[in-house]
Amino acid sequence: MTKEVLLRTPLNEEENAKLEAGFKVLLSGKIYTARDAAHKRLAQLIKEGKSLPFDPRGQVIYYVGPTPEKPGRIVGSAGPTTSGRMDPYTPTLLDAGVKGTIGKGQRSREVIDAIIRNKAVYFAATGGAAVLIAKSIRNSKLVAYDDLGPEAIRELVIENFPCIVAIDSRGRNLYEEGVKKYQIP
Amino acid sequence: MVIIEILGVAHAGMCMRQISLREVNVSEITSVVKRLCIDANIYLDKDVVEKIEESVEKEDSPIGREILGQILANARMAAEEQMPMCQDTGVAVVLVELGQDVHVSGGDLNKAINEGVRQGYRDGYLRKSMVDDPVFDRKNTQDNTPAVIHIEIVPGDAVKITLAPKGAGSENMSEVRMMKPADGIEGIKDFVVDRVRRSGGMPCPPIVVGVGVGGNFEQCAYLSKKALLRPLNLKNPDPRLNALEEELLLRINRLGIGPLGLGGRTTALAVQILTMPCHIASMPVAVNLQCHAQRHKTATI
Repeated sequence: MTKEVLLRTPLNEEENAKLEAGFKVLLSGKIYTARDAAHKRLAQLIKEGKSLPFDPRGQVIYYVGPTPEKPGRIVGSAGPTTSGRMDPYTPTLLDAGVKGTIGKGQRSREVIDAIIRNKAVYFAATGGAAVLIAKSIRNSKLVAYDDLGPEAIRELVIENFPCIVAIDSRGRNLYEEGVKKYQIP
Repeated sequence: MVIIEILGVAHAGMCMRQISLREVNVSEITSVVKRLCIDANIYLDKDVVEKIEESVEKEDSPIGREILGQILANARMAAEEQMPMCQDTGVAVVLVELGQDVHVSGGDLNKAINEGVRQGYRDGYLRKSMVDDPVFDRKNTQDNTPAVIHIEIVPGDAVKITLAPKGAGSENMSEVRMMKPADGIEGIKDFVVDRVRRSGGMPCPPIVVGVGVGGNFEQCAYLSKKALLRPLNLKNPDPRLNALEEELLLRINRLGIGPLGLGGRTTALAVQILTMPCHIASMPVAVNLQCHAQRHKTATI
């Protein structure tokens, strides 16, 4: 039976340590959106020793570029994008204090090492379940990089956002364990 | 209806022949493309929904079943809320079968199609994902144009337009390989299965695997894209290809990748193959992966 956990941001190392790969999580609180172009800028700021548009400590970054919201709506469809494209920047952000990321797909060895080093966690959200996920988003506020359009950084307030612990703080990886468990030679 | 009189020179002298052309104004094409962009992104086709429903029953992984359930719930919500099922509303791939007895009037056909995409992505609140100048500036074109347009001239006086918006997650996992004839059927099978294995959760499984074999370098890629257009409840009419598709599907679903790559039995919903003749020295094979948001909508003018 899959274990279901209610979790609230910001995250900390003690709470993260209790999460195991395969746990189903309903995440609530504030999270930040960022994709390729925003990551490039954030990593550059860290490299230059400058401060980020948001305090990264304990925060969760969601890899998403939503569709435009219809009039009167908070957000458009908002499912996860492929995390692997953010891999070159993720260790830098985790080392700066980010404690969780949400996306879809495998991560690089360097990212997994940075997750272990920082006792962070990687959550998988269901790729393509963009309307279902959008229903858990209660507020959306532009934080930085409006010029990037769908790739701008937004602060989202979420309530029971459904995701799965894909890589836990000890480096257990559901992308490997799950596949091994169900493959038939 | 347009009647054109053609003056021709026959052996016996001048003669006059009448042929009839059906006139289709570009404005009609624009409005059809616009509607197809919106509908394709909101409504998941019944054949896809049914395949996913079938797969829930066969899925052993509890997380896999959970994810498949979310995908089905998402499809229902997208229709109810009139929202695109996925935030990656894709490149607008437009396949046109243009009847040779049609006269497209009132403007440029390609411009009319792009205008339909522009209006559909704007009025449908779809995401604009196209960047101009891909090597250097990669600047968003702001209206999701240009579309990728394939026009085939066919007999008849109809215009059939299919919109197949395609996200980058699965398109990025697609591949063309110029195989040797000596690689044989086993070579094709190993390439297709290995392409899916290497893709893992990236293309948003459960996927549909489009395979093109034959033609040449660019033709096999186009075949693999067109192979995806076959409804999932239809078998390949060629019994040998049908058997090959079934064998590949079995092998792919033994990989253990499962829904979203987190482990399970449901990695692919179908494998669909299209072939055409090729050079004696070639065996081009293309694999075009399609995420579970298998979006196609067709209209005929």
